[in-house]
Formats: sequence, structure tokens, C-alpha cells
Amino acid sequence: MSDALATSWTGFLRPDGRKGVRNLVLVVYTVECAQHVSYAIANGEEDTHVIGFPGCYDNAYAIRLMLALARHPNVGAVLSVGLGCEYTQPEKIADAVRASGRPAEWFFIQESGGTRTSVAKGKEIVTRLRAQIRKETPRVPMSLADLTVGCECGGSDGTSGLAGNPAVGAFFDLLVNAGGRAVFEETVEMIGLREHMLARAASAEAKQQLAAAYDKAERYCKSVRQWSVSPGNFAGGLTTIEEKSLGAFAKSGSRPIQGVIRVAEAPRGPGLWILDSVPDEHFMQFGYTNPNDTEGLMDLISVGSQIVLFVTGRGSVIGSPVAPLVKITGNSATFRAMADDMDFDAGRVLAGELTLAQAGRELAGLVARVAAGEPSKPEQLGHREYFIMYKHQETPSLSEGCRA
Amino acid sequence: MIDDAPVGVIELIGATHGEIVAPENIARGHKVALRDIKANEAVVKYGVRIGHATKPIARGAWVHLHNLASDLDDRSGTLDLHSGAPTDTATAYV
Repeated sequence: MSDALATSWTGFLRPDGRKGVRNLVLVVYTVECAQHVSYAIANGEEDTHVIGFPGCYDNAYAIRLMLALARHPNVGAVLSVGLGCEYTQPEKIADAVRASGRPAEWFFIQESGGTRTSVAKGKEIVTRLRAQIRKETPRVPMSLADLTVGCECGGSDGTSGLAGNPAVGAFFDLLVNAGGRAVFEETVEMIGLREHMLARAASAEAKQQLAAAYDKAERYCKSVRQWSVSPGNFAGGLTTIEEKSLGAFAKSGSRPIQGVIRVAEAPRGPGLWILDSVPDEHFMQFGYTNPNDTEGLMDLISVGSQIVLFVTGRGSVIGSPVAPLVKITGNSATFRAMADDMDFDAGRVLAGELTLAQAGRELAGLVARVAAGEPSKPEQLGHREYFIMYKHQETPSLSEGCRA
Repeated sequence: MIDDAPVGVIELIGATHGEIVAPENIARGHKVALRDIKANEAVVKYGVRIGHATKPIARGAWVHLHNLASDLDDRSGTLDLHSGAPTDTATAYV
């Protein structure tokens, strides 16, 4: 499997210089009222995914996140669909996407005559956009050095910290060595590891960023009395948030941490980065951090991850739009029980069948194959769960977030 | 535990090799005490403090919600030992 490090495949070159592993049309709804029409437009269409925001009142975090997804390396063109009375403006989304060099269109349902005519109009636009990007998008060689890969864990049990996350850590070390970018998040799952984490900082500046992100996460958890540990985690053998953190942090591997990025902000260079997705303090109070695994994945994709990894000990059946999701479990019983959903069995490390280093190389090979076009298990099953909610976070500018 | 362990002798692998006698069943993914731990003493896993003992824990015992609590999360003492389900929101379901 060591050839994964040298392997190359054909990707899609975007106007900002980033390279995608898929060539998608994205339909973006700007309020819940336009959600049904948007999914109906994408239904049955190849390479067409849906994202959006359910709220009528707009939210800077949600808009930045949607724009980052709409200008993601895996996305070639965008159709934005609004109802016609919401705050979030589909025309502005289309403008921002066009400014990134991608074709984009938009319309209001209220100006298009209702559900049936809006769906027909949307399908006609998607067909046209897809034909255009299939014809015009330049193809380029890609390798691991061109990849940004994000990782989070969910439905964790005792095996996640022992095998699932360490296997990702071994892969992340290889990815960083190859010149790629590795991103992990969930600072609320680093609680209890402050000194351990600061010792990994690549620079004094990175250390200061890590300390600020850690301290904010602890203040957040204390103030909302919500710690990122769930009934399933306890049943799986994890007893405290500190213990869960220990396992969650294992996905970071062993390389220095270059610094902290925020939602919709691309890593500022190669190497290992932490994504801070915790809300900032605000007059409406903290609000909730990511309410479920899916919003965490959307945050990881928003920083430009062309592929995302999900480590689950107990098992999970989610997928994601925009970037393929690769599912890893450290629990071989879960791998067997959910064979159609699981991509990688890191439980073999616990059984002594594989070393961690071998697991990392095998995972690198799998990621390279998915990048080359092989559908991951969630892609094969058609999983494209999507969720974002209101949140307040000091958002980076579009040029920082999307490298216009 | 990398596998479910019934009452009896558990084989330890890795840095802490040897054997330990467990007086109770311990499920896959759960923890066993490698030595006696006093009440309020730090509980350490892989060199990191993961909380404190809420009562004395004997070598070989199952370590979980009934005898270990987070130093930070004040809700961790209220969870059902076996399912992990919260018990402090019961009235919300009525």
C-alpha cells in the first residue's frame, strides 16, 4: 500500500487553483420553504447535491459556510433557489459563486409559478450547468499533496480511541509528510488535554491560538452545561469527557499543529490544523455548538476538505454532500454488522492482524482510490445528510475563506 | 477491554502485561482498575487524568460511572450506569 503515497489520479482544476475530486452541481436553498423544491430539482440528477439554510432570518456563519461549500473544490457550478421573502439572498450567493469563476444561476419560486414549474425550471438549469462543467472544467493530475482531508468521530466507543482514531492519526502523519493538509476538529473533545495539546504547537503563534481555542471551548461547555459526550459513549465504556478527549485527540497523529482555523477558512498552509467550530461569545449567548455529527462534517468540508473521514465505534449510517465521506470503525463487530456502510476496519489493529503503521498506509490507499473516483460506502448508498443551524462565529472574509 | 470479559482472570497485553482477576463482568470497550484507587484520587489512563474516583476502587474492578466522575462535567454523576442515559431530564418526557 506504500504506493498510495506516490499514486496520482485525475482531478478537476478550479479557477482559484484548488483541485477537486468530484465535479458537482450544487443546488442551494436559502430558506426551509425552498427546501422541497431544491431536493426535487436534484432528485434523479447525476452529480447534483443539495445544501441550504432553513432559517428565514439570515446568519453570517451560515452564509459564509454555504458560500464556502458553493465555492468548494469539488463543486463546478451552482443553482441557488429562494422562496422570495427570506433574508438570505439567492442572487448574492450566485454573484459570489460567479466571482470565484464558476457558472451560477438563481431564481425565486414566487416568481416561477409554484412547485411544478420551479422544479422543471431548476432541472433545465442543472442539466445545462452540468453539461457546461463536464465540457469546460480542466482535468489535472492530483496526488496526496493536493488533498485537504478532514476528520471527526461520532458514535464513539472504547475502540475509537484505541484503534479507529489512531489509524486516522497514522494516515494523517503520512498525508502531512506528503505535503497535504489534515484538519481535525471538536475542540470541545479536547477538554482535559490542555497541556498535552499545547505541547504539539508548531510555533509560539500556534500555541497562543490553541490556548485561546481550548479556553473558549471550556468556557462554552461550563456555561451551557453541555459536554460533548453522549449516552451511547457511556454505554460503550467511556466514562468522562476527559477520557473521550484522550481518544478523540488520537486522530491528530504525531505531527506539529500549525494553528487554528475557523469555519469556512482554508488552512493557511500545508500540515496539520485544528478547526474551531465552537460558537464565539455573543449577545445572544453562546447558543449551541454543533448539534450533531453532520454539522461537524459540513464545517470540515467548508475549509476545503475534498474528502472527509468519520470514525465510529458503535456505528453510524450518515454520509455527506459535496465531499465523499469515508467511514472507519475500530470495532470489528460493528464493521461486520454494518458491512454495507463501513469503509475501513481498524479493529484489525486490536486483533493483532495489522500494525497501526500498516493501517495508516492502507487508509491512504483507500483515500487515494476514493479521490480517483471510486465511490465510498456512503456515496454508494446515496447518503447526503446535511444540517446547519444558527451559530455566531467571527467569520473570516470571503477571500480568506474561499481564496477567491 | 478489547473483548467482553466474564468474571475471572483477564490477560493484560501491551505495556502493563500480566494477569488480573475481575470479580465482575466487564464489557468490550470498558475499563478495569490496574491497582487499588482511593476515593478522590486521580484516575489515570494512558498517562492522562480522566477524572477522580468517587469511592474506593479495588484492583480488578470495573471502572465506570458508579466510581469515576469527570473533574469538569457535573452531569456525569447523574447518568444510568448501564445505558448511559440521562436521569436528570426525566420530567421532560412526562
